[in-house]
Amino acid sequence: MLRYVALKIGRALFVVWAAFTLTFVLLFVLPANPVDLLFDPAEINAIPPEVRERVAANYGFNKPVILQYLDRLGHALTGDFGNSVQSGRPVTAAILDMLPSTLVLASGALALALLIAFVIAFVATSTRREWVRNLVEALPSGAVSVPVFLSGILILQIFSFRLGWFPAFGDEGAKSVVLPLVTLAIPVSGPIAQLLVRSFATEFHSGYVTTSWAKGATRSGIIIGDVFRNASLPALTIASITFGNLIAGSVITETVFARKGIGRLTQTAIDTLDVPLVQGIVVFVAAIFALINLIVDLNYPLLDPRLRATLAVSTPRAA
Amino acid sequence: MTVELDTPGTSAAPAATAAGEWSGFARSLPKRLSELGQQPILVVSWIIVLVVIGWAIAPDLFTSYSPYDGNTNASFVPPSAEHWFGTDRLGRDLFARSVYGARTTLTATLLAVLVAFGIGTVVGLVAGFAGGFVDTAIMRVVDVFLAIPSLLLAMVVVSVLGYSTHNIALAVGISSIASFARVMRAEVLAVVTQDYVKAAYGLGVGRLGVMVKHVVPNSLSSVIALAALEVGTAVLAVASLGFLGYGAPPPEPEWGLLVAEGRDYVAVHPWASIMPGVALAIVVIATHRISTSFRKDHRR
Repeated sequence: MLRYVALKIGRALFVVWAAFTLTFVLLFVLPANPVDLLFDPAEINAIPPEVRERVAANYGFNKPVILQYLDRLGHALTGDFGNSVQSGRPVTAAILDMLPSTLVLASGALALALLIAFVIAFVATSTRREWVRNLVEALPSGAVSVPVFLSGILILQIFSFRLGWFPAFGDEGAKSVVLPLVTLAIPVSGPIAQLLVRSFATEFHSGYVTTSWAKGATRSGIIIGDVFRNASLPALTIASITFGNLIAGSVITETVFARKGIGRLTQTAIDTLDVPLVQGIVVFVAAIFALINLIVDLNYPLLDPRLRATLAVSTPRAA
Repeated sequence: MTVELDTPGTSAAPAATAAGEWSGFARSLPKRLSELGQQPILVVSWIIVLVVIGWAIAPDLFTSYSPYDGNTNASFVPPSAEHWFGTDRLGRDLFARSVYGARTTLTATLLAVLVAFGIGTVVGLVAGFAGGFVDTAIMRVVDVFLAIPSLLLAMVVVSVLGYSTHNIALAVGISSIASFARVMRAEVLAVVTQDYVKAAYGLGVGRLGVMVKHVVPNSLSSVIALAALEVGTAVLAVASLGFLGYGAPPPEPEWGLLVAEGRDYVAVHPWASIMPGVALAIVVIATHRISTSFRKDHRR
């Protein structure tokens, strides 16, 4: 068990370190002249050479690559990813500033997505009408097929411009989060719903359900009492896909609704080639990803007694 | 995307070569066609996809309007019999722009899938076949690529390569290499334990020969199913990056860019972004439907 935990923690740390190294190679080593990336592309020709050299020295670009790497890595370990080129503020502060806004959006969207997914799985399992089941089962693949920017624009058009129920843009007040939240929930719900529909169906035909039938339970009683608990656990296995969808979705959603947040920050950082900020965001996202996976990996045995039993008797290789 | 790995049992037919599978495919073609007749949605999906491929190959057959020249007196005309998707700010026919845009977007999609499929398959094959340290090293790198959400990774890659539709395609392809590598490796690991592989070794076939003649043809089917699924995902990714403005410069028609251009006028002239966007969504739904049917065929 201890080896299992150590292995998982080691892997998580490796992923974060490797994400740092990968972005370092992509952003600081591969570009022919990384100093150019630090300036606004529109003003690049107007910058005198001595300023360039000073900036290069300031960022350590005149040092050998390996020294630059170790220097940046050393600072990154203390949470220092340098300063944003555009704003001059520390990268870490810029990210932490935007975090609450995205966190509200993403957690709200995740909650709504889970609700949608469970309703779809519940209806698909409980209905006796074939056409209802087919219709409901088609919804998740529709949800992942519609581009987020289109659903955002449609939702904006209907609920803001036509009906005037919600503000179209900005981040003032609780009302402004509703439309982005719904927009983001749609693509996130798709894969979760697909998985739940499958695992609900599997559990619904298992032995303990037959026992419950025999004891006189009702259809919805069985789904809520027996199937729901056992079929929900596999949803954890796609936590990483869900997280990726949330991040990708929030980039587009925050752009469509002009909301501030990590997604918009990423887009501006890429647009302005704000190299330190881009690296900071990618490492930050990879770190959260690794953390989520670690939590899932470590909690899965606690939640699923069968897995705990295998872990106790076998070597961690089997896990 | 969740991808179910098929059990080694599916490749049970001893030394079933790719050629053998294809002749089986041809023989069951009439049966397949009659099955198709019972699935109207699948038929419609195929028609949509074929029409859009037609748009990409010969756009001038589908519209008489130019995608670049507009009539400024007729700007923001709502959808009508004359202008199916309406016109944009410069009076350009949006249907024509969507039709011509198919070439840009679909070429980029094809390139992206080829990059991901080509590199991912080779990486997965090497990892699974070599095993040991090579396998561990490759798979840890794959883990890292999986840890960065693909849109974010594609954005970073495109910012390094420079903004253009080709670079978007490369970026989308690179960001999906990892999932192909993982599926291919799992398949290879399953195939190498099969009896026919051991038999081939026993007959004195070299490692390279076994890999080319037995392992590759028998591992490819899952990766091909993934590639079919990836087409829809790649169209979306390409259009999303185009929407964010990392693709072709504005006069070019590209589906994501078309939606982005119309977005500025969404309050007054909603169709300018919604019509191209809906067309895009329908194409993605259709490709999705087709790739699911491939997966079902494949599982049988």
